Amino acid sequence: MRRYFGRKLLIYGLTFFMAVTVNWLVPRLMPGDPVASMLARARVAQPEAQEALRVYYNNLFGFDLPWWQQYLNSWGSLFRGDFGISLWAFPTPVADLLTRAVPYSLALLIPSILLSWVVGNRLGALAARRKVLDNTVLPVSYVLTATPYLWLAALMAWGFGVVWGVFPVAGGYSFSMTPSFTWDFFVDLAWHWLLPFSSLFLVALGGWAIGMRNVIIYELESDYANYMSALGAPQKLIRRYAFRNAVLPQITGLALQLGVLVAGALVTEIVFSYPGLGSLILAAIQNKDFFLLQGAFLFIVLGVLIANFIIDVVYVIVDPRTRVGMAGAAA
Amino acid sequence: MTLEVDDLRVYYRTLKGDVQALDGVSFGLRDGEILGLAGESGCGKTTLGKALIRLDGRMKHVGGSVTLDGQVLPIGDDVKMNPYRFKQVSLIPQYSMSAMNPTRKIGRMVRELLESRREKLDLDELHARLDLVELPKDVLGKYPIELSGGMKQRMVMVISTLLNPSLLIADEITSALDVSTQKAVVTTLKGFRDRGFVKSMIFITHDISLTNQLADTIMVMYAGKLAEKAPASTVVNAPKHPYTQLLISSLPEVGVRYADKRLTGIPGNPPSLLDPVPGCRFRDRCPLAFEKCAEDPPPVEVEKDHVVACWKAA
Repeated sequence: MRRYFGRKLLIYGLTFFMAVTVNWLVPRLMPGDPVASMLARARVAQPEAQEALRVYYNNLFGFDLPWWQQYLNSWGSLFRGDFGISLWAFPTPVADLLTRAVPYSLALLIPSILLSWVVGNRLGALAARRKVLDNTVLPVSYVLTATPYLWLAALMAWGFGVVWGVFPVAGGYSFSMTPSFTWDFFVDLAWHWLLPFSSLFLVALGGWAIGMRNVIIYELESDYANYMSALGAPQKLIRRYAFRNAVLPQITGLALQLGVLVAGALVTEIVFSYPGLGSLILAAIQNKDFFLLQGAFLFIVLGVLIANFIIDVVYVIVDPRTRVGMAGAAA
Repeated sequence: MTLEVDDLRVYYRTLKGDVQALDGVSFGLRDGEILGLAGESGCGKTTLGKALIRLDGRMKHVGGSVTLDGQVLPIGDDVKMNPYRFKQVSLIPQYSMSAMNPTRKIGRMVRELLESRREKLDLDELHARLDLVELPKDVLGKYPIELSGGMKQRMVMVISTLLNPSLLIADEITSALDVSTQKAVVTTLKGFRDRGFVKSMIFITHDISLTNQLADTIMVMYAGKLAEKAPASTVVNAPKHPYTQLLISSLPEVGVRYADKRLTGIPGNPPSLLDPVPGCRFRDRCPLAFEKCAEDPPPVEVEKDHVVACWKAA
């Protein structure tokens, strides 16, 4: 058991190292100079003052150091919990921007991932046993799972927001409101949350339902199900066993899909101008904000790694065979 | 009589039409009797075994009846058959290795299975029976994956016979085992009968020499019909049906060198059971066939307990 998790942690550590390196590298390979655009925004006329400002900015962000030193420094500040200062929202620290955005992203991601997984599995299991339900659930699921996140999001924003005007199309809460712990504010928050959440939930739902339906049908044909039927066990018990076994590949699927789901959520946030990480990343790219981009990506990488680790632990709990593999089988 | 099967017909539905896999088989089984059911692949022996406990989705009960302990079994009705399964008729399947749910501990699975049938789990009895098949008690706290193949087989044998069924169907359970394990399984099954765990048993196999060690009676089937049924020693030593004779003569004998005499087997293949031509189904391969074989040979009791379906034998 310890060896298993030791190896897992090592792999996660390596992944983290690679991810941070790539995160550091990619923004710096983007064309354009962030300092130049900051100077342009500052509208300084005199060449001397402009030069002084350039030296100041380059020194402030460490761009005057050799690249390897910049790289090592970025690790150093990472371990101190210092994400740097945003270039786009200068002089706000990146950490502040992130802590403002992350709750919105999590509020979208966690419910949509978990709920779509749970509901999709239930729906798929139901479809596997009723012909009528199968004939409706399956085609609808295929359409949903083939839908790109941003397309469904745009469609919903247009339909419910623009045409019907029932839901707001942009923002995390109304512009007329100030964040506070009042009932009105929470209702407003939920109202803005519902459309982006639903679009994420629906697209993910289809895939889980299809997967579960297929695995359940396979499990119901398996030897243990046949044996139970031959011994007259009620369908209820057999279905319960089949569901339990069918959930295992779905858990693996969840681990594999996490990255895709997060990417989908980022795009959805942009469509709805939702103030989460997705919108922040878009702003960072448009403004060549190295530090903000690095920080946002770091959060995503950490989130996906932690979620994967949780799934690893859950898998060991629900599938006895993984535990046997760790301990060595008894004869 | 424990079991009375009368003119049982079970067909397989296929796109091309019905395959007459079991076409009018009648036989009886006494209390305490072990019947060995033998024949080559596709002769209908597994179909007969399934017909007695659970028809699969493609199978159709066309005619005939099965009576067990004086009650007619509703074999064509999956739901009505349920109360009889496990309690009156039970099955040791071909696939013992994968017959148990991989994500449940065995003890819990057995308990849930019994509860679902409204039966109380008698833990002492279960332990005694595990002891009998030389399984330690702690297998109940293990997952199936933690058991070896032979242990799984024995565990399934214990589970299947836990409610003391009147009839136990053992379907090709020795096919995947090595010879010494086969012997142990046969001994265990005999022990189950002698202790009264099961009243009577149908042992389905293609291995006549193994059947001979276990069965009181051997029934040989050919192409969905009964060919010959007689006490085991009679079938092995003095078979009357030409198919049985060829089947027995194609078995190697221990201690005999086959330098001069080659084992031949039976030339030809069984007929298609999709629209079979009337008459004896063995006649194309039979060395004794004559004109009369164009008519269906009825099973005739040529001497006491010895039934043969052949015009030449009667």
